[in-house]
Amino acid sequence: MNRKLIQSIVLSLVFLVAYFGYKTFGSGSSEITTENAQGEIVVNEDYFSGKNIQWIIPFKEGGGGDTWARYNSPYFTKHIKGNPVILVNNIPGGGSIKGANYFADNVKPDGLVLLGTSGTTQMPYLLDDPRVRYEYNDYKPVMAYPTGGVVYCSPDLGVNGIEDIAKLKDIPLKYASQGPTSLDIVPVFSFDLLGMDVQTVFGFRGRGAGRLAFERGEVLLDYQTSSAYLKNVVPLVDRGEAIPLFSFGALDAEGRLVRDPSFPDIPHFGEVYAKQGHQLDGIEWDTWFAFMSAGFGGMKLLLTPNETPDEIVALLQEGIEKMKLDPKYKSTKIKALGQYEQVTGAAASKIFDLATKVGTEEKEYMKGWLRSKFELNI
Amino acid sequence: MLDLVLQAFQTLFSPEHFPFLIMGVLLGLVIGVFPGLGGIAGLSLLLPFIYGMDEVSALATLVGLVAVIPTSATFTSVLMGIPGSSSSQATVLDGFAMAKKGEASRALAAAFTSSLFGGLFGAIILTFFVQIARPLILLFGSAELFMLALFGLSMVGSLSGKSVIKGVVACGLGLIVGSIGAAPATGEYRMVFGIDYLYDGIPLVIIALSIFAFPEISELFRKDTAIAEGAQLSKGGWTQGIKDVIKNKWLALRCSGIGTVVGAIPGMGGSVVDWIAYGHVVQSSKDKSGFGKGDIRGVIAPESANNAKEGGALMPTLLFGIPGSGSMAVFLGGMVLIGIEAGPSMVTKNIDLTYTIIWSLAVANVLGAGLSLFLAGPISQLTRIKFSLLAPFMIMVISFAAFQATKDMADLWVLLIFGILGIFMKRFGWSRPAFLIGFVLATQAESYLNMSVQFYSWKMFLRPGAIIIFILTLISVYFSRKGSVDENEELINAGLLKQINVKPQLIFALVVGVFAIFALVDSWQQSFLGGIFPLVILGIMVPCLIVLIYVFVKNQQDKPEIFDAELVAEEGTFKAPWYEPVLWISGLYILSMLIGFIPAIILFFIFFFTYKAGTQWLRTSILTFCGVVLLLLFSYFLNLELPQGYLIK
Repeated sequence: MNRKLIQSIVLSLVFLVAYFGYKTFGSGSSEITTENAQGEIVVNEDYFSGKNIQWIIPFKEGGGGDTWARYNSPYFTKHIKGNPVILVNNIPGGGSIKGANYFADNVKPDGLVLLGTSGTTQMPYLLDDPRVRYEYNDYKPVMAYPTGGVVYCSPDLGVNGIEDIAKLKDIPLKYASQGPTSLDIVPVFSFDLLGMDVQTVFGFRGRGAGRLAFERGEVLLDYQTSSAYLKNVVPLVDRGEAIPLFSFGALDAEGRLVRDPSFPDIPHFGEVYAKQGHQLDGIEWDTWFAFMSAGFGGMKLLLTPNETPDEIVALLQEGIEKMKLDPKYKSTKIKALGQYEQVTGAAASKIFDLATKVGTEEKEYMKGWLRSKFELNI
Repeated sequence: MLDLVLQAFQTLFSPEHFPFLIMGVLLGLVIGVFPGLGGIAGLSLLLPFIYGMDEVSALATLVGLVAVIPTSATFTSVLMGIPGSSSSQATVLDGFAMAKKGEASRALAAAFTSSLFGGLFGAIILTFFVQIARPLILLFGSAELFMLALFGLSMVGSLSGKSVIKGVVACGLGLIVGSIGAAPATGEYRMVFGIDYLYDGIPLVIIALSIFAFPEISELFRKDTAIAEGAQLSKGGWTQGIKDVIKNKWLALRCSGIGTVVGAIPGMGGSVVDWIAYGHVVQSSKDKSGFGKGDIRGVIAPESANNAKEGGALMPTLLFGIPGSGSMAVFLGGMVLIGIEAGPSMVTKNIDLTYTIIWSLAVANVLGAGLSLFLAGPISQLTRIKFSLLAPFMIMVISFAAFQATKDMADLWVLLIFGILGIFMKRFGWSRPAFLIGFVLATQAESYLNMSVQFYSWKMFLRPGAIIIFILTLISVYFSRKGSVDENEELINAGLLKQINVKPQLIFALVVGVFAIFALVDSWQQSFLGGIFPLVILGIMVPCLIVLIYVFVKNQQDKPEIFDAELVAEEGTFKAPWYEPVLWISGLYILSMLIGFIPAIILFFIFFFTYKAGTQWLRTSILTFCGVVLLLLFSYFLNLELPQGYLIK
């Protein structure tokens, strides 16, 4: 053996041993074990102390899902017993499929890795996208956070509100959409059920781009989720440049559709649909309701595997409930997240079930509708 | 208005706020130096601190961070040929060429002076226009945005080199690669071959690194000299650089204007602004012979534009809550967290905050450019170091940067594959800027065309804005006929005297042809709206490719299409075969897959230094230790991930 080879091998060994030694014994967090000798997870009051919780967000930095996680994290650290540090880990890609798959492949039931999903994550799951490896039935909710959305139109259409729906139906309209299998399913399906003549134009990146197209006058019909509506559309409504038509409503404690508490003056879709002489049952309504619940009712879910010990979930949920009493949280929450309450416990489970357990019939109906509407092969 | 402006100035400079701005600037400079890390990485580091801050301090920190990233990104662009951020790609062309000539400090000084100029210009425009910008921004509909994309593509004409045909093929190839993934008009997936990674398309960061940085690294590896190949570092380059900007002040002004306008248009994105500025300087210069070979104007143009862009991009961000660029998305997220709502209120009840932001932007640019200027001289010494000592660090940096794109091992493989493409494009004189412009504009051109056809049908050509931009495009095409940048001009002239073996070029062209056939078959299977864009591109590209192959087959040596840098180079320039750097890097990636990135980089450093640089054990250990500690520090403080191994987790 020549000198260079010996030198390289010796040095490599020294460095690798030093590195792995540092990794195993040197740095603090990785040495804390969560398991006892039998491999069971030991939970006590101090479970989270000195630990990190990784909060996976399958979206880019700066977006709605990211802001949600980052807004909450310092309060989590402050109020969850043991003050765990929350690390937000953004894994964007494939319209949130990539990050959720990562969670599915790597998660352990120790409460140290949580997944924050959004309506966008639920849609491909419900439509059986072959790329989806995450299974909501294997998870349970730590926290759930609903939102809503409002459809509005331009005053140039000559309507004053949804009472002029008959007039609205006769006008061919365009709608700026992110894509056929995005959250836009809900508004576009709503337009269809109301018998409106709406052509979807794809390729917009985000609802913000859609709103800009509305302000430019390229589209005369648009929808925004609640917080974006309050911030950017209400000023337009006040100036008479936009007219609210209907909201998607909200779910009450029993899971019934009611008027959105953020917009008590705007009728919800169910009211409008009923006024058209439709019954609020039957496959079309059920499909709408199922996908609305998945997209908006359960807009944001914080998940952990089913096997996670209840004590761990209780520690987390206790912290979240304490956070909601924090005066600083109370004073900043509406600006950062909107009107709706982040819920835990039974309320969260209710929302979780509505958002993720959609019947086969409704799924198939939606797929068939997408196929015929967009010639989509799913 | 003036009293509000001054009041914001006072608030910002008060002792309780100003340190936060400095903190943001310092952080931005450190992060910006590392390619591939932008405002996003900075934000995750800052967030925990932002909570405790008041609005002014938090905004000052955020703006300070975002504003100086394009400034310090210039370091790697000039010194190493590694595009430091998506808006400093064009700087590489002349900046790195100058570094090779030993003029790194002049290039850097000019770049930072231009950055300062552009940044201040952006802030001034923002001050005066923010109140009235809303209707102006709304003038840019999808038809205008499509025309702007065309305008961007017209820059290819000035950058395609001696052979127009090869320029068109390179641009077409970029457009096709850029159209991989979901079709904007229908959501169908194109050319994904069932690979999950490709569904979102290939990230721009990786393409920019592989097309520009990878071939340069590989070439330096083979030459094994210092970056400033034997040339003496010129004395007084630093002051010369500043003088250069003063001499070209009108150019800097024009390019700052371009930067601000393009930045202010939501939906254009910052990654094309440097190319438009670069194309502009080429078209507007009488003597074009120096471009691509180290013309200082080629540094001033993109650098004044990319800092001005941030000022422009703040307009849609503040007024509409719609981010004008990637870093603006993060800035917007930060604003939400401190409870400020971007939107119409930013020019009414929150106007004081808006002026705070503008002042922060201006002051951050001064601080950032000043500090960078201060460092330009000493850091330029890096270009004197023997390359074999620098190479492992550069390879580590580009791999790390590429991996931050989607945190997937595939990032590294894509870097390698397109890196090989880059090596051959450089060798055979295929315009790499043309490829990159095509890639950057592919999605924009297609989705805005689709939108404007659906919104306006043929009436899109009657919109005044669209007509104006179209005329600008025609003017740009006209000027581009007057000469095009070719980094190999001298070699081509030398090559004409020599018989060149065309076989390697022919094989390369045929490989591109096979890819084009794949694309053709794939587009054919899509629906009309999903396939029409790549079909049209291929309809232009394939005939050009056939002509090119014909020239090769017929061996028409007098045509500028025939070029091979390898064969016209002087004997002994290259000390290693082309595949040797590729093998080293592949080895690093295979090891990373097995045992993880850090252990792999340890082995890579030790073996590389021992065998390629011939260092003794002490030096090898010190260099390896430095590399690994640098990597660990960055990933620890910014909470970034590195590839994990399959065998050792």
